[in-house]
Amino acid sequence: MTKPVLSVRDLTTSFRPDIYSPWTPVVRNIGFDVAAGETLAIVGESGSGKSVTSLSVMRLLPPRGSRIEGEIRLAGRDLLALPEQEMRKVRGGDIAMIFQEPMTSLNPMMTVGEQIAEAIRGHLSIGSAEARQETIRLFEKVRLPNAKERYDVYPHKLSGGQRQRVMIAMALATRPKLLIADEPTTALDVTIQGQILDLVKELQEETGMAVLFITHDMGVVAEVADRTLVMLRGDVVEDGPTAEIFGNGRHPYTRALLAAVPRLGSMAGRALPSTFGLIDTATGSRGAEREAAPPVADKPAVLEVKNLTTRFAVRSGLFSKVTGAVHAVENVSFSLQPGETLSLVGESGCGKSTTGRTILRLTKPFSGTVLVNGQEVGATDREALKSARRAVQMVFQDPFASLNPRIPIGASIAEPFLEQKLGGKAEARDKTAALMHRVGLLPTMMSRLPHEFSGGQRQRICIARALMLDPKVIIADEAVSALDVSIKAQVCNLLMELQESLGLAYLFISHDMAVVERVSHRVAVMYLGEIVEIGPRSAVFEAPQHSYTKKLMAAVPVPDPSRRRMRRNTEVEEIKSPFRIPGFVPPKSVYKEVSKDHFVQVRC
Amino acid sequence: MIIYILRRLGATLIVMGLVGLMVFVLLHLAPGDPAAVIAGDNATPEQIAQLRQMLGLDDPLPVQFLRWMGDVVQGDLGVSIYSNEPVAQLIMQRMEATVSLAIATLAFAVPIAIAFGVIAAHRAGTTVDRILMLFSVMGFSLPAFVLGYMLSWLFAIEWKLLPVQGFTPISEGIWPWARNLILPSVTLGMTYTALIARITRTSMLEVLSEDFIRTARAKGVAVPRILVKHALRNAGVPIATVIGIGIALLIGGVVVTETVFNIPGVGRLVVDAIARRDYPVIQGVILVFSGIYVFVNLATDLSYTLIDPRIRY
Repeated sequence: MTKPVLSVRDLTTSFRPDIYSPWTPVVRNIGFDVAAGETLAIVGESGSGKSVTSLSVMRLLPPRGSRIEGEIRLAGRDLLALPEQEMRKVRGGDIAMIFQEPMTSLNPMMTVGEQIAEAIRGHLSIGSAEARQETIRLFEKVRLPNAKERYDVYPHKLSGGQRQRVMIAMALATRPKLLIADEPTTALDVTIQGQILDLVKELQEETGMAVLFITHDMGVVAEVADRTLVMLRGDVVEDGPTAEIFGNGRHPYTRALLAAVPRLGSMAGRALPSTFGLIDTATGSRGAEREAAPPVADKPAVLEVKNLTTRFAVRSGLFSKVTGAVHAVENVSFSLQPGETLSLVGESGCGKSTTGRTILRLTKPFSGTVLVNGQEVGATDREALKSARRAVQMVFQDPFASLNPRIPIGASIAEPFLEQKLGGKAEARDKTAALMHRVGLLPTMMSRLPHEFSGGQRQRICIARALMLDPKVIIADEAVSALDVSIKAQVCNLLMELQESLGLAYLFISHDMAVVERVSHRVAVMYLGEIVEIGPRSAVFEAPQHSYTKKLMAAVPVPDPSRRRMRRNTEVEEIKSPFRIPGFVPPKSVYKEVSKDHFVQVRC
Repeated sequence: MIIYILRRLGATLIVMGLVGLMVFVLLHLAPGDPAAVIAGDNATPEQIAQLRQMLGLDDPLPVQFLRWMGDVVQGDLGVSIYSNEPVAQLIMQRMEATVSLAIATLAFAVPIAIAFGVIAAHRAGTTVDRILMLFSVMGFSLPAFVLGYMLSWLFAIEWKLLPVQGFTPISEGIWPWARNLILPSVTLGMTYTALIARITRTSMLEVLSEDFIRTARAKGVAVPRILVKHALRNAGVPIATVIGIGIALLIGGVVVTETVFNIPGVGRLVVDAIARRDYPVIQGVILVFSGIYVFVNLATDLSYTLIDPRIRY
């Protein structure tokens, strides 16, 4: 066997908050090798130590609050013994890194070209004109459109996918021996994720670099990794060739992690949503699934949206003249029965979140009507708006950001009740306790602050807060997207249980097709502000009609290692912008019923 | 951008008009008849009445105001009651000293403050950080008259390195001009150094925890370059704001310093004018200073676009 590029032995990384506290190890005695041209994936859930491992290799952890022990060898050289000056040459020279958040990982005050030229000139002694040439060449290599003009562009002018391409170009600048990719596609849309994964694979084949791929997504692992290392709370529980890990994982946690991944197509042939069979991490076995109830059909709709249109004016010039508008939501109509889950799916900028916000008039609609319990929610009637907001509640993506960090969670949950003057303090307290119990939290936790809870618990708190007003509809805006797979399943199950016992209707806004497939009665696919396809979940997933729906499905990574060598061959394509000039009349379209209740948009 | 500047200048005119109105009203609320003051103690009531008519003091207030504003627009700020010299001329004579002091103070305070702030943020939590911040607390708490006399005693009287007090116009040479400014600008600059250093440190600390700093480190950029090129510019907007406020505050600060070091500046002019109830001078100084405030504010807002490419007006 050839000598590995990176060889890690007995790596233990510990942290301490201050010099008076003892060291707490967060990564314990792990070891692995990565050879040239090979991809090793490190998978695990939040807190497993996978990112700390990659930062340890780069020695990017704060020197005073962390301690790295063991041996990290890059092509035989002991990185832990290098003085900082030498290590700096290794970073960006021999080892390059790309990160999860392309939005925040680029310096907003420097043009993207400068940032890459800086990486080149930091390691090779070449002139600035040459560095510029090389940067443009790299932009072409990562297929950034209009490479030449991009040099002088600031990061905020680029989309997420384009910024990640810039990050990759930066990482490749000095032809590193090892590329560390830390969740590089997690923040990207599925179709863009596929393009970025393909690009990394292709560049690896071309340059023969070793890749260390950090991710929580088993679908991504299956697609990129030759070998896989599974981490659990700082320990390696299993490692081996990816096919073996997937086909025949020995450790129960590995099996649990795999089993917990929602798979597209797992609901084929079933009409109703179904709870996730929860995985026992000790044994890796799956619990029972339970089919959800059908929606109540014989009652009037709780939410009706008719021809809803939301546009954001774009102004410029001397008198702030309207020079165009972002057509965020365009002529969207749907209705929601009690006990029903309608999912809105689509990629960033498709208008799914704006639709949710417009229903509650958190954003002002341009035209169209919203009926809650048959009553119109308009601009004029404040009472009607208040009662609509009581009947429709929201749960957001980031539970930590949605909770005031300085208010105890009990008070946060009770606030809407007291604000709407539905009862006194004692009643609010009792109801808060009952709801906390209902969402699986102990009422005694009421006086704690949000930071004392885990991500899943915080989302439970947000759900309890939404339930405080006995709503008929909950708009869940990417409510489970930020959670680990096992927690995601638990929170989805909780939502489904609550739906059945309380007769709630959900507008489930998500980009995660596999979760949507599980929880929905009906699905609406949004593209550039419009619903392009809407119908029963089984019909939309099993017989997608619109080309965009098909594209969206094809882009979802599947946890199947036989796709390792697969290429999508999708062209580099950005999601189009919904910006329109003034006076733009959206093209007329009609909805064609392809099967019962399954409608597809057709342009006239 | 040009449109924005024009719009802001338009707003400035409105602000200046309001300031003018307030100054005018204030002056007319003040006790005493200006005609009686000008005419002197021995004037007869007839003389005063004649003077009132000559000065237009019998006209309705709005007419007086418009007439006064008309003069102001033409650069005529009136005549000092005490010295009979035009106010505009009085202020111009004193402006050189004050502007010299302000510029010297900024030239001293801003670079040192930013350097201190950047170093303190880079070494946050260490002894270096603590010493720098202790220094900045001291800078805050030492009043200018204490520090001024201390510096004056040490450098001028004991070591005889610099002049004790006074001011030399720049037309008599750069060095004589600068020599006289060193002690006053250090005295005056101490507070600003402390203020700007603290803001720089806070702003830098926030930026240093950003993802793109980690990116810069991951590509092997050297520490000084990370601090200056990547972090400082991102931390720049709050720093620019504080420097802008600092310039505005400076104008109040010059009064004490000019007194301590006996510099014939606008600060001294206004102190003397208040003591003599020389209303036209007070009025003129207020107008000129509010003009400077508004201009500094505009310059601060425009500096944001130079710092941050995402800010466009």
